[in-house]
Amino acid sequence: MSNVTNISRRNFLKAAGVTSGGLVLGVTVPSALPVWAQTAASDDGFNVFVQITEDNIVHIVAHRSEMGQGVRTGLPQVVADELEADWDKVNVVQGLGDKKYGSQNTDGSRSIRKFYNAMREAGASARMMLEQAAAQTWQVSVSECEAKNHQVRHKKSKRTLSYGELSKAAASLTPPSPKDIKFKSKDQFKYIGKPLTIVDLPDITQGKANYGIDTQLENMVYASIERCPVIGGGVKSFNAAATKKVKGVIDVIEMPKSDLPPSFNSLAGVAVVANNTWAAMQGRKQLKIDWDLGPNAAHNSDEYLEKLKKRLNEDGEVVRNRGDVTQAMATHKEQHSATYTIPYLGHATMEPPAATALWHDGICEVWACVQAPQGAQQTLANTFGIDVDKVKVNVTLLGGGFGRKSKPDFVVEAARLAKQLKRPVKVTWSREDDIRFDYLHAISAQRYTAAWDKKGTVKSLRLQSAFPSLMSTFNPAADRPANFELGLGFGDIPFAVENLRCEKHKAEAHMRIGWLRSVSNIQHAFGVSSFVDELAHETGRKPEDMWLDLIGDDRHVDPAAEGFTEFNYGEPADKYPIDTARMKNVLRRVVKNAKTKRRLPKGEAWGISVHNSFLSYVAVASRIKIKGNKLTVKEMHCVVDCGQAVNPDRVHSQMEGSMIFGLSLALIGNLSVKNGTIEQSNFHDYPLLRMGQTPEIHIDIIESEALPTGVGEPGVPPVAPSITNAIFAATGKRIRDLPVNRHLQV
Amino acid sequence: MIKLNVNGKAVQLDAEPDMPLLWALRDLLQLTGSKFGCGSGLCGACTVHLNGNAIRSCVTPLSAVAGQNINTIEGLSEDGSHPLQQAWIEEKVPQCGYCQSGQIMSAAALLKNNSSPSDKDIDQAMSGNLCRCGTYPRIRKAIKNAADKMGETS
Repeated sequence: MSNVTNISRRNFLKAAGVTSGGLVLGVTVPSALPVWAQTAASDDGFNVFVQITEDNIVHIVAHRSEMGQGVRTGLPQVVADELEADWDKVNVVQGLGDKKYGSQNTDGSRSIRKFYNAMREAGASARMMLEQAAAQTWQVSVSECEAKNHQVRHKKSKRTLSYGELSKAAASLTPPSPKDIKFKSKDQFKYIGKPLTIVDLPDITQGKANYGIDTQLENMVYASIERCPVIGGGVKSFNAAATKKVKGVIDVIEMPKSDLPPSFNSLAGVAVVANNTWAAMQGRKQLKIDWDLGPNAAHNSDEYLEKLKKRLNEDGEVVRNRGDVTQAMATHKEQHSATYTIPYLGHATMEPPAATALWHDGICEVWACVQAPQGAQQTLANTFGIDVDKVKVNVTLLGGGFGRKSKPDFVVEAARLAKQLKRPVKVTWSREDDIRFDYLHAISAQRYTAAWDKKGTVKSLRLQSAFPSLMSTFNPAADRPANFELGLGFGDIPFAVENLRCEKHKAEAHMRIGWLRSVSNIQHAFGVSSFVDELAHETGRKPEDMWLDLIGDDRHVDPAAEGFTEFNYGEPADKYPIDTARMKNVLRRVVKNAKTKRRLPKGEAWGISVHNSFLSYVAVASRIKIKGNKLTVKEMHCVVDCGQAVNPDRVHSQMEGSMIFGLSLALIGNLSVKNGTIEQSNFHDYPLLRMGQTPEIHIDIIESEALPTGVGEPGVPPVAPSITNAIFAATGKRIRDLPVNRHLQV
Repeated sequence: MIKLNVNGKAVQLDAEPDMPLLWALRDLLQLTGSKFGCGSGLCGACTVHLNGNAIRSCVTPLSAVAGQNINTIEGLSEDGSHPLQQAWIEEKVPQCGYCQSGQIMSAAALLKNNSSPSDKDIDQAMSGNLCRCGTYPRIRKAIKNAADKMGETS
């Protein structure tokens, strides 16, 4: 429940840097804390979201981070629509990190879901107050006043007053109570549901858009850091004599070691500070450092994966149970089992992590490409033992996020150096730093075992999952998948099999584990969707028919009844039920759109996958071609049901992008670890998909009036299995260990 | 002092000859439109024009461009009116936008030499520019859109 408040007159606005004048509306919204966050709970303070100034500009605060998903446009367009603002007279202002905005953790595909209603309330309330102000000015009844396109019109006399002209009068009014707010109906929407172009588009095309790495301050210096190659290690000694001789180098400063678990602490190492980035990087090459590599120096990803697979031979910890899988497997002897693995993966945002910090006037101020500005505030406050209110976080545009920039370790680095040097310091990560010091997507192994009766009906399904938990980054005792991670495509699967059992297995962490776009949905969708395809072939069914059989009747699925409660992305199941009808709908639609039943030339085949994540439903059909040992992905169809699409063009672009992101991980994504160090370093050995490898992509967005649900991530998980399912259909070769380029030339 | 011409203006840089052009542009000239993505010529985010040809400025030392003409994204047009920039807006190409300066500069070089590129031409010319957000289909469309525009005026 949100609540709109008129805060135009409050003195604190001046302190918050909001220029006074005109109508300013705040909206209190519930805080939406991620499970692992330590940010303080939101108080009943006010959040400045809308300001109308006397020059007739409507300023709307974008409080969520923009990393390409379009939120800087999407949420403001909701406000502008209800407000009846002229979009050309709207100015979007990026919000500072401030708990008064409610959650600013831009992850989990939930900006629209969490703030759609609050933004509608803010816009509608402002609209009603402007009408009321006009009514008072003209001394007429408010019912005769209509706000439309940045002005209020008196219907009888046709007099008009602009929002700017009315803002002062509106500033003294009380907003309507929630029950009195009049919202637009869907047919009245002017911007919601429309493909508005992103607010930064002209700047981007002219090289004027400012990302974290572009920050420039007077008297600023540049830092490049050589970090301990193994997580948990530190500097024993170092020699910077040659470094200091490099032209432009100003200083060399040791970065301290923090105890494990790594959390968002800066890593141990040695920082070179110079008067330009190149000199800092060159100086860094001359460092001679003796490391104490610490407890994780024996970690090898190959060995570790074998260890995980062995653990799947044991009984795991049961997290969801229906019926009796053991009994069913004793009864039905037609069985099939498969083990799936995915290596460590990295985010590889095009903009590597970069942050600038300056300590001044008793505060620590930073400018950074962060997904969670309040998390950054809290981390800095904790690190330096200062009040959160003494940390100011300016959020720049992000050149990609995907989860990497939720972790402010790189901001801590800048703050440490800036504190010591008493001047602004920009830390820029090289690509090698980014690949080697990422918070990795967890390496994983899963096993699926099914038994079916003489009619081919699957009677039993046993699911086993093993991967190091992202909680290990915060909690040294976290040595197995957390249930909320299993709620991503594993413990929440909507299959109507009589006997079902989900188990998790031990998996200790030796790297910094984080969250990568769609998180553990990546491995769970790969496992589930591959296994459904395998069962289809084992029992002589078409894959889409197998899916429909397994999903079963139209209904709302309730894993909680079977002991598994940490699903549904923090939302109540009655508000956002797991709806099998919606899942079957996207499946049927993708089969229809892609015409998967048509005859294809030899060596070509379709593969399909369906997955629900972040409360949305996505089906992908991929057509591949194999010639000899060479794979080409020719065509992909994606159908998404994300409820009401606020900006359909951004939904379209997110899905297109997800197909390509998914192909990168499926075909060529592999970070391997040897002796605790990542072996890869740049795009020659951690490649990303290029223009020439991109298939024809078709996106279909289901028209829906359901509540808006996730868009940024749900397109990713079904991609990999659609590819490996297609490869099987074309060749009879089943790939269970990603990436595909281990088996085929891509 | 290293002299060169950037976006039609003569500049003098007090820099080491081995400094890559990219860092001279970004740190010394405050032209941050050209981006750092890899430092090894593998991603194309740093693409600028040297005497009209696309180069990767992150692996091009100042010594190699002394006395030459450099054009960056900032100099592609006065006001965003280059046909590619217009096409980029019409096709709503960018997502995060970080790689887009490099994409546009590579595309501009392509269209200068090839007014009607085929899909294969586009693949070849643009294969050096990575986009993590996956805007490739729209980049392709925008290049064809711009080629049409430029064809109309020629």
